[in-house]
Amino acid sequence: MRKQYKLVSCTINGKQVEKMVDVRASLTDMLRDDYRLTSVKKGCEVGECGACNVLINGECFNSCIYLAVWAQGKEILTLEGLSGPNGELSDIQQAFIDEAAVQCGFCSPGFIMSAAEILEAGREFSDDEIRKLMSGHLCRCTGYENIFRAVKKTMLRRLGKEKEAEEV
Amino acid sequence: MYVGKKVTRVDAYDKVIGRTRYTDDLCDKSAYIVKILRSAIAHGKVVSMDTSEAEKIPGVVRVFTCFDVKEKHYFPTAGHPWSTDPSHQDVADRLVLTEEVRFYGDDIAAVVAEDEVSAAQALRAIQVEYEEYPFVLDVQEAMKEGAPQIHKDYPHNILKHTTIRKGNYEEAIKEPGLRKVEGWYETPTVQHCHIENFICYAEMEGDRITVVSSTQIPHIVRRVVGQALGVEWGRIRVIKPYIGGGFGNKQDVLYEPLCAWLCMQLGGHLVKIDIPREDTFASTRVRHAIRSHIISWVRPDGTYAARKLEAYSDQGAYASHGHSIVAKGAGAFPQLYPCENVEVDAYTVFTNKSVAGAMRGYGIPQAMWAVECHTEDVAAALGMDPVAFRRQNLMPVGYTDPFSKNELYYDTFNQCLDQAMEAIDYKRKFREYQNQTGEIRRGIGLAMFWYNTAVWPISLETSSCRMVLNQDGSLQVQLGETEIGQGADTAYTQMTADVLGVPLEYVHVVSCQDTDVTPFGTGAYASRQTYTAGFAIRQTALLLKERILKYAQELTRMPPYNLDIVDGKIVRITDGRILMTLGELAAEALYSLNHSQHLSAESTSQIKSNAYSFGCTIAEVEVDIPMCKVKLLDIVNAHDAGKLINPALAEAQVHGGMSMGIGFGLSERLLFDEKSGRALNPNLLDYKLSTFMDHPRLKAVFVENPEPTSAFGTKALGEPPACSVAPAIRNAVCQATGVAVNEAPVNPHTLFRRFTEEGLL
Repeated sequence: MRKQYKLVSCTINGKQVEKMVDVRASLTDMLRDDYRLTSVKKGCEVGECGACNVLINGECFNSCIYLAVWAQGKEILTLEGLSGPNGELSDIQQAFIDEAAVQCGFCSPGFIMSAAEILEAGREFSDDEIRKLMSGHLCRCTGYENIFRAVKKTMLRRLGKEKEAEEV
Repeated sequence: MYVGKKVTRVDAYDKVIGRTRYTDDLCDKSAYIVKILRSAIAHGKVVSMDTSEAEKIPGVVRVFTCFDVKEKHYFPTAGHPWSTDPSHQDVADRLVLTEEVRFYGDDIAAVVAEDEVSAAQALRAIQVEYEEYPFVLDVQEAMKEGAPQIHKDYPHNILKHTTIRKGNYEEAIKEPGLRKVEGWYETPTVQHCHIENFICYAEMEGDRITVVSSTQIPHIVRRVVGQALGVEWGRIRVIKPYIGGGFGNKQDVLYEPLCAWLCMQLGGHLVKIDIPREDTFASTRVRHAIRSHIISWVRPDGTYAARKLEAYSDQGAYASHGHSIVAKGAGAFPQLYPCENVEVDAYTVFTNKSVAGAMRGYGIPQAMWAVECHTEDVAAALGMDPVAFRRQNLMPVGYTDPFSKNELYYDTFNQCLDQAMEAIDYKRKFREYQNQTGEIRRGIGLAMFWYNTAVWPISLETSSCRMVLNQDGSLQVQLGETEIGQGADTAYTQMTADVLGVPLEYVHVVSCQDTDVTPFGTGAYASRQTYTAGFAIRQTALLLKERILKYAQELTRMPPYNLDIVDGKIVRITDGRILMTLGELAAEALYSLNHSQHLSAESTSQIKSNAYSFGCTIAEVEVDIPMCKVKLLDIVNAHDAGKLINPALAEAQVHGGMSMGIGFGLSERLLFDEKSGRALNPNLLDYKLSTFMDHPRLKAVFVENPEPTSAFGTKALGEPPACSVAPAIRNAVCQATGVAVNEAPVNPHTLFRRFTEEGLL
């Protein structure tokens, strides 16, 4: 069988790009192989672990079960695009550092992207809601405890609740 | 001073911006892709293989079958230090591809292709003809007369049987008035589930092979690849980048030998083996399922007269870490609750299942399941309080193990119990949850653990370190002991900065190990690294400091004993005056027209001591009896790991271990089909790893009794947090319902059976 290619134009981390892509490729493959955005991790390639999560038009998806050709015309944000041009960290990235929410770091990009989506909602979620919203990700190092702290603290801080954030 | 402080991880920034490179991120895209053909039977022989259709698929480079392995170099895979004594060497029973099939998922052929899709298509196009043999999946069935023989040199499939005999069990049980308490306790096959699957790639340069691998043990991988290929070990170079978790699975040599072998067959072309999740479950390593039988003879006052343990450890199809696992657990049995008369028989037995190897806790989570479930049962049989009964029988202060010379120096067990009980409000909850009725009930339970740091005197303990001073006074530090997510590099940075007397940011720990340049060390396992690397770091930093101060004498005319390095400056200690900065000294040393010197130090510490690490878990649960469901409401782990090098990272380690323990206790089990031997749930959907929603807040508390034998007062913490969680949960369920569940995990399947048997349903 001969390979079939298709031109995919999209915005990745704020930059308009286009490339010929194998129609069978996943968005994970395109981001990793064609654009060398290696924060997009492969842990299962069937949508179970969440390590490959990226934002597509502001919504978090498992990029491993999202075809690359579907990215046509979309705005994609990977972890590489979350920090500023001079390496400035976003609040959620800083919180992952401060709360020791990073260990081996392999699941961290996916978690941070999901957290970014949740935080963009700009509202206060209950503890159970945070757990449910983050439950599409698996982590074997942290027991999720410090990730929970990082997400909840950042959420409260964005809502101006500095005192409550300290108590998490 | 940095040791003891909550210093930020040295690799955290790169990890949160997505810059950290793992094995796959480093592999050039020109790599050939390898897919491994797995046997579709559990036991038998490959008679023939037809690869002709597979080879016609465009993109396929070559198909290698087990029949292409002409030179049969059998190799061991356990990540143990090599022993020059043949009687202490691991069993060499693996080949890169095998004709003899011993489990469903064995490695019988490999497709090499230019891309993933062609490789996958080719796998499906290979026709295999087998001669099938009967197979056996149960560990005790495998020991019976007439059971299928899995390896020819091991009658009754027993890889090893060891015993411990203390006092006289048979005489002791004749004492009048004894109460006999007996139980069978069973733990399941579980898997490590590191989020990065196993991956490696290999390429030749000259006549040498470079293997880049997601491993915990680069120097051991070098040796084993050399053994597997039958080439000089110096021709193998192993590089270990950042890895996405290991938990013991990557303390085994997995597919590095096959990758290197394929690379050699293909003229040294770059080849990559990226194991899919399903194969990681079924065909890398799993935790040994262990079935334990304990008999205790107890006096009415709650003291033990005699005790007996039989443990049957399910090795699966190949020896891997073998008997070491159940032997470690068996060794804990007479020590945690000492008794004058003890008999222990530990068996490791081959079955036609996935291969069992090292996994966080190395036999202790299985042993603590048996021992701590049983301890609860004994206390209940005597009508004694579970805490008071344990306090009465636990290893006493001053206890010394005659073999390892390990000693319990402090009243650690009681201190851990006290702290954990206070943190979770144990006494009030225990009182409130007595004698409940109704469908929804709560309970609180506890379990203790014992864990031995490092592997001396069973095996070699050695660590080597190199420190190189840069022109600006900063330095590189290299160790064979690896960062696998636990935060080792950060701990090493803190230790080095303190001993040398420099600011933290002066210390650059080289995270990547490369066997061509990294000093020898055996790697990440046995919760050994903070303890063992600590010796090498202190010794090497002192050596470097001596050289620096000697050079300082040339520049300052002051004798070294009147000088010190403080905060990166050369200080005259007699008056505290700063004479120069370390950067000024280092630049002068390198560029001096009078006496140029590269200031560095390298040394080896062989460690002939180790240390007990202790603690406990208390768990609070709510049990929905009709639904057969357990909800974990609250949980705390208390640990004495000696002085904590970094309390924030220590706490994070404990959380992760607790999470693994929660899965072990409540949900995880790799199932095998009785009819075929095939793993039934080798994926992250059907294998129930704990998720964000399955945990309450995780609490960790510490008792910091400094370990006297340690270079920094510290000892094991990597594995201990996973050791006592599951039995604590089981004991909480027992308090809630009165039902003792002896088979982990305590999931709805198990509870339905037990609640039915006990008349609750």
